[in-house]
Amino acid sequence: MKLKFIKVALAGNPNVGKSVIFNKLTGARQHIGNWPGKTIDKKEGFHRVDGRELYIVDLPGTYSLTAFSVEEVIARDYIIYEKPDVVVDIVDASNLERNLYLTLQLIELGVNIVIALNKMDLARKEKIEINVDELSKELKVPVVPTIAPKGYGLDRLVREIVNMAESRVRPEYIEYPGVEDYIRELSKYIENTELARVFNPRWLAIKLLENDEDVIKKISGFEDSKYILEKAGEIRKRMEERFGDAEVAIANARYEVIRRIISKTVKAVRKITASDLIDQAVLDRYLGIPILFVILWWMFQFAFTISAPFSDFLGDLFAYIAGILAGLTGYPYIDYLFFGDYGIIQGLGAVLSFVPLIMALFFVLALFEDSGYMARAAFVMDRPLRKLGLSGRAIIPMIIGIGCNVPAVYSARVIPDERDRLIAIITNPFIMCSARLVFFSAIAYAFFREYAGDVILSLYLLGYLLVFVTAIILKKTIFRGVEAPFIIEFPAYQKPSFRVAVVRMWDRASLFFRKAGTIILIGLLVIGILAITDVSTLSFTSNPENSLVALIGRSLQPLFKPLNWDWRLIVAAIFGFVAKEIVLGANAMLYGVSESEIAVKMSKLYTPIDVLGYMIFIQLYIPCIATLAAVRHESGSWKWTLFTVLYGIAIAYILNFIVVSVGHLVFG
Amino acid sequence: MIIPLIYLPDYSTAVIVDIKGGRGFVRRLYEMGLTPGTRIRILKSSGPGPLLIEVRGSRIALGRGIGMKIFVRPDYITPSNP
Repeated sequence: MKLKFIKVALAGNPNVGKSVIFNKLTGARQHIGNWPGKTIDKKEGFHRVDGRELYIVDLPGTYSLTAFSVEEVIARDYIIYEKPDVVVDIVDASNLERNLYLTLQLIELGVNIVIALNKMDLARKEKIEINVDELSKELKVPVVPTIAPKGYGLDRLVREIVNMAESRVRPEYIEYPGVEDYIRELSKYIENTELARVFNPRWLAIKLLENDEDVIKKISGFEDSKYILEKAGEIRKRMEERFGDAEVAIANARYEVIRRIISKTVKAVRKITASDLIDQAVLDRYLGIPILFVILWWMFQFAFTISAPFSDFLGDLFAYIAGILAGLTGYPYIDYLFFGDYGIIQGLGAVLSFVPLIMALFFVLALFEDSGYMARAAFVMDRPLRKLGLSGRAIIPMIIGIGCNVPAVYSARVIPDERDRLIAIITNPFIMCSARLVFFSAIAYAFFREYAGDVILSLYLLGYLLVFVTAIILKKTIFRGVEAPFIIEFPAYQKPSFRVAVVRMWDRASLFFRKAGTIILIGLLVIGILAITDVSTLSFTSNPENSLVALIGRSLQPLFKPLNWDWRLIVAAIFGFVAKEIVLGANAMLYGVSESEIAVKMSKLYTPIDVLGYMIFIQLYIPCIATLAAVRHESGSWKWTLFTVLYGIAIAYILNFIVVSVGHLVFG
Repeated sequence: MIIPLIYLPDYSTAVIVDIKGGRGFVRRLYEMGLTPGTRIRILKSSGPGPLLIEVRGSRIALGRGIGMKIFVRPDYITPSNP
């Protein structure tokens, strides 16, 4: 029977090449979003073959389906409730033994499975020989050898998928030595209940004997669940008397089966591989960290340099367009709203100018991850960063932040643990980005002469210091809890896939544009309106001193008196919310001088201590609106975004105050 | 003689005898292939930072705390590892 529409799910361990296969099959016909309620990417796409449409969902990579992590829950729930016609289990041929653990769990679920035996080229290189036919016989499912980047085996894979979906043959299970009788016993009880209509009885039996909390919760709504749970408890007790621990016994049984299969199908000669040799250098106790920093630095230099011309071009293009259209409508208010410096057109340009940078960084990050080096980087940095409240992979956003916080916040995605990721996101704005550097370098010399460099350096360090302090406090209070055990797999090094990198960079950039772009545009408009609306007439004014934003500045002045600020500094800081580079230009405009003269002008009005305080404030207060949008987007919560804003302002104010008070006390 | 994994020197091999810990912890290790009866090889144990071991054909990095909870029987005894 020919099916029009086949639902396919891709499953497998991390690092097996799942995304490559997904991209090869779906090409341009794919969409990336989020799994509902979670911050994990959901990738779905289509593949047409012979008049049939394959709807393919790429499940998160997992080592098993025991509901211990968010990824496992997503993968498992999708298979149980969405009931795909075929599950494709992608297995790394160079790592068969460990990969088969997930395979067995999929077989337990009783779904239709086709195995893609990927990385055959790597297996061959490592002198691993696999008898594919024997493997297929042992697992009782079709096994298709593939080399995903070359597209080898994918046609046959698709054919097997279609065959399986249309043949309606019931999948067979594999017996588990030693525990099979217990499983069968419980399974028989389940077969006679309602539960059998939704869940595969054998699978449910295994899960209950393993005491899987998520499954127990899932069946609690059913009629016979209490009865079945009692039976399960009883059988478990007997297993415990025999084996000591039912869960361990079942896991051991799985590995027994795997051992048997491997011994019959795999022949390998373990030797030192190129990966081992590279690791000797990269993981060396003295060279490891410096090597990492060098690699990271060059990667980001590359990304920033390559994207800069494009970013500049986009910014200039939209400024040019705005310039041409200025004065078009004849109504100054509308003109400025659309074509002015903070108007919609320039705002659009501002949003778009981030896109090349995000694309370049994510391209480079994808290569970094795909090559296998990222796991080593996390390993090398984990111990030092743990002491500072951060996780190993947090080094990445911490370094990208030096260039720009927007892609840095997005790059926190590489951190698997949700709490660690949130900490990295919330603390990132403290890291001085290049925009702030622009302002600081412009005025530092006028006030500090030969010490200007030292002052700027200490501002950088202050930023990092606050990152660590905040992280440690968060770790000890709100985010306290059991640490996920530190276990990372090191995949063999491989040539990273260009294709995957391109797709990932495109996905990330378009997501940024859609999600963050709106927030940024709205924020720009609000500031723009405040800047051009005259206080008394509520109509257009080209003199910011009469505008609403100046009113806000003047009314907040008393609050900032202890810091020795004048209302213009406040207004410039408000403009800084738009983009930190603007603080310089805003101050220049408000003081009525050009950007090249503002430093000198300020040095006549303020003491070095006051200006140092102001610089500290600008360094630490709220992130620019683009960063804020990124924080909102990646943290998925307004609560944490608000926290970042309030916390930043509070710390900035307090430190500014301390510096100014103590400074004047000491230096007069 | 049964000792915690963390005391093994670089390049030695051993068989896992037991893993002490909570359910979730033990389960996680099982998924990665670390089960009683499995032979492992230490790739890097010296120096600061996590342990690097080879198990079932793949390389895994483990925190040192985890290394304290995995008990193994070494394959051989060397002068530096009595």
